Amino acid sequence: MGSSSSNMNHIPNAQELMQETGFSAAHLLRLYERFEFLDRDGKGELSPDDFEAVRELALNPIGGRIIEAFFPQGQETVDFASFVRVLAHFRPNDPNRKDGAQQDQANSRTRKLKFAFQLYDQDRDGKISRNELLQVLRAMLGIQVTEEQLQSIAERAIQEADLDRDGAISFDEFKKSLEKVNIDHKMSVRFLK
Amino acid sequence: MRCPSLANDDHGHDDADTGHDDADTGHDSADTGHDGADTGHGNSSSSQSGHGDSGHGDGHHTAPITTLPIVSWKWHHVETPYIVALWILVCWLCKLIIEANHHVTSIIPESALLICFGFILGGMIWGADRQQTFKLTPTVFFLYLLPQVILDAGYSMPNKLFFSNMGAILVYAVIGTCWNAATVGLSLWGCHMGGAMGDLDIGLLQYLLFGSLIAAVDPVAVIAVFEQVHVNEVLFIMVFGESLLNDGVTVVLFNVFDAFVSLGGAKIDAVEIIKGIISFFVVAFGGSLVGFIFGLLISLVTRCTKNIQIIEAGFVFVLGYLSYLTAEMLSLSAILSIVFCGMCCQKYINANMDERSVTTVRFVMKLLANGSETIIFVFLGISAIDKAIWVWNTGFILLTLLFIFVYRFIGVFVLTWILNKYRLVPIEFIDQVIMSYGGLRGAVAYGLATMLDEHKIKERNLMICTTLIVVYFTVILQGITMKPLVTWLKVKRAAVSELTIVEKVQNKVFDHMLIAIEDISGQIGHNYMRDKWNHFEESWMSRVLMKPSARKNRDHLFSVFHQLNLKDAMKYVTEGERRGSLEFIRNESAFVDFKKKFGDEYSEIMPDVTADTSDDHGGMSAMRRDPVPSVSLELHEQGMNGMRETEDVNTHHLLQQHLYKGRKQHRHRYSRTHFDVNKDENEVQEIFQRTMRSRLESFKSAKMGVAPPKPISKHTKKDQQQKMPNGKSLEKSRSYYSGDEDFEFSEGDSASGYDSSGNSFPMRVTYRAGAGIENPAFMDDLDPMSVVQIPPWLAEAELDSSMVAPSQRAQVRLPWTPSNLRRLAPLRISTRSNDSFMMADPSAAQQRDEDQLPPPPSPPPPPPPPHRD
Repeated sequence: MGSSSSNMNHIPNAQELMQETGFSAAHLLRLYERFEFLDRDGKGELSPDDFEAVRELALNPIGGRIIEAFFPQGQETVDFASFVRVLAHFRPNDPNRKDGAQQDQANSRTRKLKFAFQLYDQDRDGKISRNELLQVLRAMLGIQVTEEQLQSIAERAIQEADLDRDGAISFDEFKKSLEKVNIDHKMSVRFLK
Repeated sequence: MRCPSLANDDHGHDDADTGHDDADTGHDSADTGHDGADTGHGNSSSSQSGHGDSGHGDGHHTAPITTLPIVSWKWHHVETPYIVALWILVCWLCKLIIEANHHVTSIIPESALLICFGFILGGMIWGADRQQTFKLTPTVFFLYLLPQVILDAGYSMPNKLFFSNMGAILVYAVIGTCWNAATVGLSLWGCHMGGAMGDLDIGLLQYLLFGSLIAAVDPVAVIAVFEQVHVNEVLFIMVFGESLLNDGVTVVLFNVFDAFVSLGGAKIDAVEIIKGIISFFVVAFGGSLVGFIFGLLISLVTRCTKNIQIIEAGFVFVLGYLSYLTAEMLSLSAILSIVFCGMCCQKYINANMDERSVTTVRFVMKLLANGSETIIFVFLGISAIDKAIWVWNTGFILLTLLFIFVYRFIGVFVLTWILNKYRLVPIEFIDQVIMSYGGLRGAVAYGLATMLDEHKIKERNLMICTTLIVVYFTVILQGITMKPLVTWLKVKRAAVSELTIVEKVQNKVFDHMLIAIEDISGQIGHNYMRDKWNHFEESWMSRVLMKPSARKNRDHLFSVFHQLNLKDAMKYVTEGERRGSLEFIRNESAFVDFKKKFGDEYSEIMPDVTADTSDDHGGMSAMRRDPVPSVSLELHEQGMNGMRETEDVNTHHLLQQHLYKGRKQHRHRYSRTHFDVNKDENEVQEIFQRTMRSRLESFKSAKMGVAPPKPISKHTKKDQQQKMPNGKSLEKSRSYYSGDEDFEFSEGDSASGYDSSGNSFPMRVTYRAGAGIENPAFMDDLDPMSVVQIPPWLAEAELDSSMVAPSQRAQVRLPWTPSNLRRLAPLRISTRSNDSFMMADPSAAQQRDEDQLPPPPSPPPPPPPPHRD
């Protein structure tokens, strides 16, 4: 992608970002275009409103949570670097880069899971409580499922995962309960490869 | 396209199924008997002396009836169906013998063994007749045997997996097959030109025709071999999907080249070639469309078969078969048609039809598929024993084998290399090896070969012979070596995991997450497309094709939840009946172990029951092996359907054995219809009394502290924790602990104010302590009858229905629950949760208890849970 190199200059800290996230220059450029598109007022920062302008996200049952995930606590806006860092979670794990740094990459299994975990863990106490799980379930299950059933499901789900019997799912338990799932396959988006 | 050629099939041999001409040869005894009846002398069967010929009233001879025959010999009357049935029986007996030897089938795949049995049978026929009177004809194969296998394949196709890999599958099926056909044909021709085969009368077009028929990977053979090797699902769907879809390509190629051969090389111009290419698309897409339409039709029909539940399952088969025949009639790809028919309708019919009908469909589907697969392989073997077709040409045969093998590898590797550039999850090298190696040829190739016209292709017999050798080579040799190869290469196997709610929820979350991320990053990707399709499907297709009631409880998550509950309930029945306590729930780890243990221990108690259940045992192991579609793959996506079926059957048997004899009402509780209250007063009383007595008994012992029933002390949390590590290793790795959760969820259900993680710990513990108590009917041996005969919830249900004033439970009871949950959930909630709840929160429990059990003394508080604080 030689042609892109000229545009790369627009992107702040492009080299560092590429290093950090593992995105190629082409990816970064693509994402930057998207970022600028989302950033309607051109401030170089995205606000939750900018995300919500994406129509499909409004239809997504957990769209709101995904948007929140872009905003670290207390922050109102997200700049391009943070934007890319979040998206880096969804980069497929590159089998050719099995080096020591792999564990720290945003697309490692643990980091991906952590991201997923935080979608549940709204109060950031490191545990998915029954209520938190219930909220997610409520968002995702059809309206025809009654509240009681939701509670049953939540209850059961917690019991499945809850190894230390504290009535909540910690991150370790979460990880363990999904150990058979190929996270890399499930949490990767192809074109971010 | 196949149909005309079938019609022109002038080779005239009827095989076993239609075999008219074999009656007099293969069954001479029958025939002599017939002759005897003819002449009417000394035939004791028609004892009216001298007038035996009137005995055969089947109208061959028109001798006037002079007296009434008591019995008569009517062989010709039943000849054809009789032979068909006999052959089916023989083939299935072969399978029976093979399956009885597990140490053999674990090394040599069943399909290979069946072919070998075919050799033996063929040899016997040959010995008797000196000619091959039975063989696999294309008519029988394509019109009767193949559809059964393919319909099952389509019906149990894991749709999501298939469509996620659709691109790759299509590439392999279309381009790969064309590549194979072209290269094999051309290379053979080249070698012929080079003089490697001696003097053969085969032209370029005929080589290409041969290449096209030998190119296609055969679904039947592939299913048969891969079902025994549980490779990972992506690999499986690649091979399986390719083998199904490439039939369209093969048939079109075959027909095109067949036409070209007829036309002769001179008349083929660009127009003809373009027509050939167009016909490919028409045949493939037309066939799929026919299948799609029939799939919709099935869905629509099953929407309104509520009143004819007995035969509703039949519609699936009849319409499925019609879709095959229709496509065949329109000379479209029949296999594609029936595959898509099965794939389209599976979701809707499973939702529309009664659960029992769904089970019926699945089992009959398996029966037909397995049955006809068996017949196909046996006849593939039998067909070999025929002098007429054996024309040996070392060069031709060996080169064919070599080219097939080599070009398959090249094709797969090149195509995968291209595909991997676009795939999120690249196909690994080892998987590619297995894919290439899994290119088994089978009966489809043989069927096509026998359809060759002897007048147009002089070396037809050589081609048939070569095809057979290729089939044997691939099915037997590659089939046998497949398993070791898979093991040796450490191919990722299908993880037979139990589905858990957490995983299911999380998978949903992942799906939504990916869609959101695609939206945010502004790409239109796979997830986006799937999302759109789901929306469309949801809003239009489901609406039209699904019963409104079925639509309601269709949520995947909920259905998993429901299935897990069902499964636990069934475990609970069997174990509860056997043991009289819930201990098993904590010890038991694997379903299979469970079965085994169950069988073993049970045989001592009730041999007759074991006989019954051991059947199911076999049935289940068959389900497990039986691969593909139903188990190894679906386990991931569709939960434990296979498992559930088996358990349905198990439970059914067990219930039949164990429920109060003569009280049919109880069985209805397990029917899906409705959870109706038992009207029989006496029974209500009886069960109630029994329950209460055992209850009191256990409470007494608990109170007095005299030899407390084992569960109480045993299931405290501490013990539990100790037990786990040195318990079965599986236990640890399991992600959910079988039955417990139900009780706990029901507890959560009824606990009105459970809000935080804070109080759940004590509840948990008390539940454990309570487990022993609240199931008193099974705990001790005071009443063997009750141990054996009343599943606990039945007892409790009676309690409910008779004694309990409408109470909080009425509120707690789920307002409505889809289908079967209805009969499970409230029951669980009733007493079970009551006990545990009571212990967690004495005051509330007290109140509830008063509500619930006026007559008996309210149960004393159980021993305080050790970890209360």
